[in-house]
Amino acid sequence: MFAYLVRRLALMFVTLFGISVIIFVLLRVVPGNIVDILFDAAGFVDPADKANLEKELGLSQPIIVQYFNWISGLLRGDLGYSYVSEKPALQEILPRIPITAKLAGLALLFSTSIGIPLGIISAVHQGTRLDYTLRVVSLSGLSLPSFWLGLLILMASVSMFGTMPIFNPNPKTWTEAFAIYAVPALAVGFRFAALTMRITRSSMLEILRQDYIRTARAKGASETSVNYHHALKNAMLPVITVIGIEAAFLIGGLIVTETVFNIPGIARFLVEALRWRDYPIVQNLVMFIAVVVVFTNFVVDLLYAAIDPRIRFGD
Amino acid sequence: MRSVHALGVAALVMLALPDSSFAEPKSGGVMRMYHRDSPGSASIHEGATYSINVPFMAVFNNLVIFDQHIAQNSTETLRPELAESWAWSGDAKTLTFKLRKDVKWHDGKPFTSADVKCTFDMVMGKSQQKFRQNPRKSWYDEVSEVTTNGDYEASFKLKRPQPALLTLLASGYTPVYPCHVSPGDMRTKPVGTGPFKFVEFKANESIKLVKNPDYWKKGLPYLDGIEFTIIPNRSTAILGFISGQFDITFPTEVTIPLLKDVKSQSPKAVCVVEPTNVSTNIIVNSSNPPFDNLDVRRALALALDRKAYIQIMFEGQADVGGTMEPAPAGLWAMPREMLETIPGYGPDVNKNREEARKLMQKAGYGPDKRLAIKISTRNIPIYRDPAIILIDQIKNIYIDAELDVVDTAQWFPKVARKDYSLGLNLTGNAVDDPDQSFYENYACGSERNYTGYCNKEIEKLFGEQSQETNVDKRKKLVWEIDKKLQEDVARPIIFHSRMGTCWQPYVKNVTIMSNSSYNGFRFEDVWMDK
Repeated sequence: MFAYLVRRLALMFVTLFGISVIIFVLLRVVPGNIVDILFDAAGFVDPADKANLEKELGLSQPIIVQYFNWISGLLRGDLGYSYVSEKPALQEILPRIPITAKLAGLALLFSTSIGIPLGIISAVHQGTRLDYTLRVVSLSGLSLPSFWLGLLILMASVSMFGTMPIFNPNPKTWTEAFAIYAVPALAVGFRFAALTMRITRSSMLEILRQDYIRTARAKGASETSVNYHHALKNAMLPVITVIGIEAAFLIGGLIVTETVFNIPGIARFLVEALRWRDYPIVQNLVMFIAVVVVFTNFVVDLLYAAIDPRIRFGD
Repeated sequence: MRSVHALGVAALVMLALPDSSFAEPKSGGVMRMYHRDSPGSASIHEGATYSINVPFMAVFNNLVIFDQHIAQNSTETLRPELAESWAWSGDAKTLTFKLRKDVKWHDGKPFTSADVKCTFDMVMGKSQQKFRQNPRKSWYDEVSEVTTNGDYEASFKLKRPQPALLTLLASGYTPVYPCHVSPGDMRTKPVGTGPFKFVEFKANESIKLVKNPDYWKKGLPYLDGIEFTIIPNRSTAILGFISGQFDITFPTEVTIPLLKDVKSQSPKAVCVVEPTNVSTNIIVNSSNPPFDNLDVRRALALALDRKAYIQIMFEGQADVGGTMEPAPAGLWAMPREMLETIPGYGPDVNKNREEARKLMQKAGYGPDKRLAIKISTRNIPIYRDPAIILIDQIKNIYIDAELDVVDTAQWFPKVARKDYSLGLNLTGNAVDDPDQSFYENYACGSERNYTGYCNKEIEKLFGEQSQETNVDKRKKLVWEIDKKLQEDVARPIIFHSRMGTCWQPYVKNVTIMSNSSYNGFRFEDVWMDK
């Protein structure tokens, strides 16, 4: 187990190094830079001013020097300055992380707490009206883009309650806080819940057809015991995998949701920073997301062993 | 007789009813506005978008300013601000301002003539401190120097008379900056003398201003502050206004179709539609074939059905014109009869296109030899939509065009490289004055003259109109120039847009300017009847 952990950790660092190189190079390969965009706002490009600004921002240095400066800064905890706001990148990124984390956490909580039970119910009642209804709901969840669902929610909110949740960093009441985070989480979590439900259902159905389930039933175990004690635990492995992957991809869904609900989290900020080619913000944020994804995968791998004793990390 | 009595009674009833628009202004309250995007910085002098002016104009003062409650900016609506008075010298080559003595910067330091000199030296590129970008440097090409006489007098010395200088100084783009604050700090923490102080600017999130209690105009501003929430998604922003989360929409940002939605869902909202002095036009690369051929350029101009654009995009609420903003909002537009004599502006579109086809055939194109080109434009709906209509219209003159959408980061570098045949472009005019429009967009060597159009004969006329002090004579020269520019197909103007602004009925004293989108956001006497 210890050797496995060390190997995985080493692999994590190699992966992160690779990602850092890819992010850095790709950002510079994409046409246009912050200087072009700043001059776009001015309506023309003056070559001399452009050269001065590139020098000021360190963009005229060789790419390898720029990369080294970034990584050495990162190791010292200095993420550089945002080219746009001219504030330290850390100061720009840090306050946005809890906002997105809360939103992502709530979306995950919502999707798993709805998706897993509904998936089980659908599998246990396979072929019934309830199963068909739940399958239709899950299909619609997978089909509805979250930005469209978000806009529908906002329109319904304005039409029914005469108001809509607009982000406020210091909500005064519990209901305001709920509206600010829970409604967008619902919009982004709905698709995720539908996916979780479908995976849970198909996984449960597969397990429920296994010989050992028939044996358990033959031995007189109750349906509840068969479903929840014998089947569910083994059916969870693919569900956890999907939750792990989807959690990593959640940031993609949040970009649209944060835009529609106007939430100043890191997902929307990343898109804006990319639009401005604000390299210090983009490369540090993407690195942060990469760390989260790699770490989530690591945790998922560890969870496999905890849930399924057949999996061992010896080899 | 009965109707006269009824009218009299109605008038009395109306007089008796409390009308808050004539009521005593109330102090207090924070006005909430959504902002359409996150501005690149807080420094007005370094920007060329009203995304900067709208939130930050209230932080500053100018030497002179257009009356904030007269929609049409003109020399008659110029009002003193940091200057108490101004006077031209006899040879009209020196403009002297007497400055106010009771003005302090938001950090408590006194405002003096040194600040005026500093600001304009920096704008003219003559000071040691430099802006990162300086888009309006060319406005002051005719200013040889700015001098001071004591702490409260500043003079602009000109190389030749330029009556339009006062107009340029009154733009929202021309605030006076403090000498003691660096350009870098002005981008992030601007210090002004205006009615509101800067509190914070969180990129992509919000901008906050708070009342300046020591404002030199006693009793103003009425508002305790202004908060801008940055909402790039237009649907979310409009829903926010409808649900009462915002007191006012971002100015001239509500499209005509959206305006209908606002009025139906929020019937009490006050909405106005005003011209923006932004033209949608075609930039033509006349350095390379096929548009180096004047016949092909003229055919292009003749193929345009301007009314179709206006109907499709604005439900009829936009204007046809030349370079200068059309009347009645525009001060310098040529008369309709004159406009209609320009090729392509005549009312018979089929006849125009017939003529265009003949010109194309003369250039060697026809039904069996169609011209294939790309139309480049920015990947933004207000650019893309007219480009698509253009593609459809020029099919009628044997041109098959493909849309080439360009990322914002690449647009100006691409245009500067002349890496396009036709481009769909938008041109905003900061002030309704020919000096700004002609020199910026059509003068030989001007940085914003994207097409590189250069006609020395017309340029001579630019100078003549610029020096002309008689307004009627100047107008006639301007019309002549504008007509020639259109006939030369220098940058065919398709239409001039109009856009809507809405505010809640309790917001008072808001005036949206009708011949510029850059000059009406001081907000010092806006108040809320809540």
